[in-house]
Amino acid sequence: MEYLIQQLINGLTLGSIYGLIAIGYTMVYGIIGMINFAHGDVFMVGSFIALAVFLLLTTVLGMTFLPIVLLLVLIISMIFTSSWGWIVERLAYRPLRGSFRLAPLITAIGMSIVLQNFVQVTQGARVKPLPPQISGGVTLMEGNTEAGTIVVQLSYMQMIIIGLTFVLMVAFSLLISKTPLGRAQRSCEQDQKMASLLGVNVDRTISLTFVMGAALASVAGIMFLLLYGVVDFYIGFLAGVKAFTAAVLGGIGSLPGAMLGGLLIGLIETLWSGYFTVEYKDVAAFSILAIVLIFMPSGLLGKPEVEKV
Amino acid sequence: MTSSASQPTDTNHPEGAQLKRERRLPAPDHLSKKTAHPLQAAIKDALIAAALAGMLGFFFFAIRTDIATGGLVITTRWMLWIVSVLLVFFGRLLIQVFILDPLARGLKITVAAAFVAALMAIFMLNASSGELFSSAVIGFLLGIAAVGILSLVVRFRDDKEAAANLAVPGLGKWVGRILFVFAVILPFFFMYMFPARDRQFIDLAILIMTYIMLGWGLNIVVGLAGLLDLGYVAFYAVGAYSFALLATHFEFIGFWVALPLAGLLAAFWGVILGFPVLRLRGDYLAIVTLAFGEIIRVVLLNWYEFTGGPDGLSGIPKPTLFGLEFKRGEGGFADYFGIEYDSIQRFIFLYYIIFVLAILTNVITMRLRKMPVGRAWEALREDEIACRSLGINTTNTKLTAFAIGAMFGGFAGSFFATRQGFISPESFTFLESAIILAIVVLGGLGSQIGVVIASVVMIGGIELLRNLDFLQAIFGENFEPTQYRMLIFGLAMVLIMVWKPRGLISSREPSAVFKEKKTIGADMVGQGEGH
Repeated sequence: MEYLIQQLINGLTLGSIYGLIAIGYTMVYGIIGMINFAHGDVFMVGSFIALAVFLLLTTVLGMTFLPIVLLLVLIISMIFTSSWGWIVERLAYRPLRGSFRLAPLITAIGMSIVLQNFVQVTQGARVKPLPPQISGGVTLMEGNTEAGTIVVQLSYMQMIIIGLTFVLMVAFSLLISKTPLGRAQRSCEQDQKMASLLGVNVDRTISLTFVMGAALASVAGIMFLLLYGVVDFYIGFLAGVKAFTAAVLGGIGSLPGAMLGGLLIGLIETLWSGYFTVEYKDVAAFSILAIVLIFMPSGLLGKPEVEKV
Repeated sequence: MTSSASQPTDTNHPEGAQLKRERRLPAPDHLSKKTAHPLQAAIKDALIAAALAGMLGFFFFAIRTDIATGGLVITTRWMLWIVSVLLVFFGRLLIQVFILDPLARGLKITVAAAFVAALMAIFMLNASSGELFSSAVIGFLLGIAAVGILSLVVRFRDDKEAAANLAVPGLGKWVGRILFVFAVILPFFFMYMFPARDRQFIDLAILIMTYIMLGWGLNIVVGLAGLLDLGYVAFYAVGAYSFALLATHFEFIGFWVALPLAGLLAAFWGVILGFPVLRLRGDYLAIVTLAFGEIIRVVLLNWYEFTGGPDGLSGIPKPTLFGLEFKRGEGGFADYFGIEYDSIQRFIFLYYIIFVLAILTNVITMRLRKMPVGRAWEALREDEIACRSLGINTTNTKLTAFAIGAMFGGFAGSFFATRQGFISPESFTFLESAIILAIVVLGGLGSQIGVVIASVVMIGGIELLRNLDFLQAIFGENFEPTQYRMLIFGLAMVLIMVWKPRGLISSREPSAVFKEKKTIGADMVGQGEGH
């Protein structure tokens, strides 16, 4: 029982990270109907930027008060990662708008290769470890089993991750539902041509969608960095595929769906590693992706796609 | 609205002429902003680009995190950062001036000269004192080359007819024949032309030929049947592992027995993996096939007792020629024919194996295209709903495409295993699938000759980087061209796709002909969209 609760907490933490990345996938798919394959690598770029900013602030500028440092890391790396998201769209997707559907998928794969290798060349291929910055936590319950005492712990790091994800989700939902930008986005999602006739700047709206997706991915990157304490240039691929799975599971195009899917994927992965084999946890995630797409293509909260002749 | 273009009087101008004319018109007055001098606008644009590059590159060029004793440290590389910003500024300025703005000739030359001078200065700044002159020369040459390429691109872009004249009708067929003849004599060509490096070149030719074969195999699935497959490497892996496992478990199974078995097993897996995804199309199909490819790789990686896990399988036997092994001493190929043993003989033999396999793939594909099943594939690609209403069994059509494509992948896989003598899951990552798909798409989906050209350009070009030792002389001792291979590969993928979204070969040969054979534009062909 205690073990299960601990795994659930871990799963929710991991799921928050996946959910934040998944929002980027789901928004882009909703608005231009393509899989932004490079999004996972934007997440990776975000965590590298966060690492650099963190080291810059602590070792070079000598700041020691952790909350301020983390806040600065959050803001700076969101800004810089968003510019990466923007440039990816500008270089690889915008010239191909209106081209056939396979073209942006190929440039997206190309961009993913470019980002991975760019980071590898400029930052080195070795795994970069960062010692845990936020330690400690709250003990929720204790249980005795024959193997010994099991402690269910909610660490401060996990609290921050889950809390921050919640805040961002609320802020983001408000952004989509209440602001002019969100309205423009929803209109582009429904009908780009009509939206542009009614005075919505479609190109700008799509760019901003990528920027927002990248900003959320960078938050996920910071969380990943702080939670696991290691980054390398290859983390984007797996995280990206799993986040995409989350987006599909929740119903692609739906924002609450992305978050729900993220949490589910995180839970499934943690429970799988906790009760079955760690080695095959990726197989579990990939199988869910295949099963959901085959049997339930519109996902949990998505709208069913109408086949047009 | 003022119009500088003359209005066409004849009504039978080709379709789309009006659109073209509209595009040529200057923007309406109330829309265009205050007219700045073109050079001013170009400089402003270049400044924005440079600022953006500076921002993007700051945490990657200027700052590098390194592992040191006692944790991570930051090393700064301001010079690299400044150089990258300057390069973007001058490069963008040059492109703006040459392509986007109608500047006067004198100004163009001035900007080009400034670009070359800046490049020289950058190289000289980086060089040590002894190499100032040579680095200036290199900067000068690179600058001139960039300007030359740019002006050529602009000329062809502006002059569509000159570009069209390049495309001679029937050129594809002749290029194909010439390439075929060259491929037949290739090993001997290399042996006589480059005796010192023949092995290296033949090895490269084998590698390129493997990718051509994989490209042709995938072309059946993606190019003909229009099913976007991102997990093609799974079948390559199935072929390689089937041969390796059969050969290591059964003494009597050699390459030639295992080859058809590997192909059969791969085709079997093609059906198994193809069956669940029958209902999916487009992007979703791509993602599910990617997932299948990754599942197979993870299983290969973790099923330690069966596949050897990350250690892989080694000691895979080499192919024999009717029982003759390519080895030194008695009973070997050289001994039997009474010629002197040379290790190059084995490479030539391997080359001809993959050459024959690849040609077989091509011939079978071309024959299948003319058969009902091939016609059904192409019909499926164009319109699935129409296909179904015309009574084509789409399930069988899709499954045959998957199976036959997978079979060729399996053949290539077992060739890969026998060539390497060692396989591990490392060789079957998603990147490999992406490379094969990139070759097919960049060459032009459904175009056989396009696959050849794309393989030579992408794989050959990438491998050439290994030989560019002189680049070390330019960029310093620490410069390793090989580490930029995949970076350049990715960039080439993006650039070629943006430049020619329909692939390098822009025309297709129709498989069904009415009265007279015509080539059709690539944009007339459905491309794996599954609509």
